[in-house]
Amino acid sequence: MTGRAEFSLQGRRAFYFALLLAPPLLWLGIVYLGSLFTLLLQSFYAIDEFTARIVPEFTLATYRQLLTRPAHVDIILRTLLMAVAVTMAAAVIAFPVALYMARYAGPRTKALFYVGVMLPMWTSYLVKVYAWRLILAKQGIASWGFEHLGLMGALDKALAVPVVGGPSLASSYIGMFVVFVYMWLPFMILPLAAALERVPASLLQASADLGARPGQTFRNVVLPLALPGLAAGSIFTFSLTLGDYIIPSVVGAPGYFIGMMVYQQQGTAGNLPLAAAFSVVPIVLIGLYLMLARRLGAFDAL
Amino acid sequence: MPRAEPTFDMTPAIELRATRRAFGSVIALDSVSLAIAPGEFFALLGPSGSGKTTCLRLIAGFDQPDSGTILLDGEDVTNTPPFARNVNTVFQDYALFPHMTVAENVAYGLRVRGIAAAGRAQQAAAMLDLVQLGEFGARRPHQLSGGQRQRVALARALINRPKVLLLDEPLGALDLKLREEMQSELKGLQQRLGITFVFVTHDQGEALSMADRVAVFSQGRVEQLDTPRELYNRPQTAFVASFVGSANVVGRDAAQVLTGSGHAFAIRPELIELLAAGEPAPDGSVQCSGEVVNVLYHGASSRLRVKVDERTTLAVAWSESTGGGVPGLTTGARVRLAWRPEYAVPLRD
Repeated sequence: MTGRAEFSLQGRRAFYFALLLAPPLLWLGIVYLGSLFTLLLQSFYAIDEFTARIVPEFTLATYRQLLTRPAHVDIILRTLLMAVAVTMAAAVIAFPVALYMARYAGPRTKALFYVGVMLPMWTSYLVKVYAWRLILAKQGIASWGFEHLGLMGALDKALAVPVVGGPSLASSYIGMFVVFVYMWLPFMILPLAAALERVPASLLQASADLGARPGQTFRNVVLPLALPGLAAGSIFTFSLTLGDYIIPSVVGAPGYFIGMMVYQQQGTAGNLPLAAAFSVVPIVLIGLYLMLARRLGAFDAL
Repeated sequence: MPRAEPTFDMTPAIELRATRRAFGSVIALDSVSLAIAPGEFFALLGPSGSGKTTCLRLIAGFDQPDSGTILLDGEDVTNTPPFARNVNTVFQDYALFPHMTVAENVAYGLRVRGIAAAGRAQQAAAMLDLVQLGEFGARRPHQLSGGQRQRVALARALINRPKVLLLDEPLGALDLKLREEMQSELKGLQQRLGITFVFVTHDQGEALSMADRVAVFSQGRVEQLDTPRELYNRPQTAFVASFVGSANVVGRDAAQVLTGSGHAFAIRPELIELLAAGEPAPDGSVQCSGEVVNVLYHGASSRLRVKVDERTTLAVAWSESTGGGVPGLTTGARVRLAWRPEYAVPLRD
């Protein structure tokens, strides 16, 4: 009797769980993963150069094209370098902010900081990008600021640097870098602050108690325990930079980025296999990055 | 009365002089002075919020006093940061570094002092042997039990060979059996190493059984500083009498009724004698009678609560083997009590 009652109770629970989980699983499994899989499948097809039709036969020709044409390799390297630079800059800028928020700020200041970090995310992404184009324009407020601080010479020198420089901040890689860092900074600060907040104060006291100077405590205790947060944040900044196509098309030098290439190839050019192959690149790069982070012990403290 | 002056001739290992610390309007430590002798096993005992932990944090250097002086080995360290003090701490939550192995945790104090890796490993292994965890060096703290973590914390704190070891509720997180084991182990370790141990506890049994001397804290002040024996037999205030062991605290008004002297006193339940009907009271003893309010059976002895007047109820310990056959010890029974006047310990107000 009781056995049957338990069984029916368990059966009912399983039914309710299935009911709750079905919509998200269908969404994730079929709509999202399914379309991702078809996209990946496309990358193993090739386009017929004459008819511009996709030939649904397995081939590595598209990948060969992706990795051998210098223009394509340039796009990949350019995007990768920008993603690495943006991630490193965001980490360096975010760390002190996150540390202050997590460990030193009083409750009110902390709330103020959290709002301050998240507030920009409430504004439209496009509005912010175009605003930055105006800020960085030749007659914009940035160069006005440099002029009034007497730093115009420094700005001109920076813009004169080959490759990263350009006629103005708005049309150089330096400007693009600034916008990327600004855009993704909250995604670095928030996981980092969360990780730092989880470090018990007694660990820092124990370190000092055992004779570690503040710098040693930072290197030996704070930094290793913040690594999972740093890894999480850098995955955001890294993958967001790899995939973005709006910032590179609105601000900065005319060179193509992976996201722009995907957008263009699947749209105007109609080369779906090449677009698909390009979109595989960030996935592979992020996979490699995660493996590297794991190797370096970023997740050991989890 | 808290003793400001040390009762020994050597330079104290630790000395607090009129140390005061307030958090906002809450006075955590109110002008506390005490001196701890080198090699002493010293307990800071008190309920939560009594100031004992603040006192420990000030000695460790995690916090600075608002006024007063802290001396370690005769040297003023009031403003010395924790990393420059020759004092190590065993934390209540052990505070082991989760991203390091047990051996790395133990060697940490050597590492930050720039001792080479080989020497570090050797000393850490020796230290782990000392706390009987020789085989656990390669594990992570989360793979150990509470008692093992406690030992790691102890080994880590001892590796720097501190002059003073501070222990913050070191046994609080352990279960009863393990706690008793660790009590005798800590005591043995302290005697072998000859280091001054200062430990914070709210458990009076722990303080009495381990410490050479105990400072009883209440509301930011030291109520009494004495050996466990004196503390138990000669409590000086009502607070100490009721916090250390359990004693009947008889206030001035009730004392007036019972003894006619009008001086507050404390008396231990086991020193009150229960008289059989018609049995004469011993010569010169204080006597009274009352009604049994309840009886709690504790195995070796029973504890009665006897209401002797409207506002006064006395606890009386009664043992079947030694207390004789007093019949009818049930709720509502009338009984007579007696005690020798010297057993009543006079209290300060």
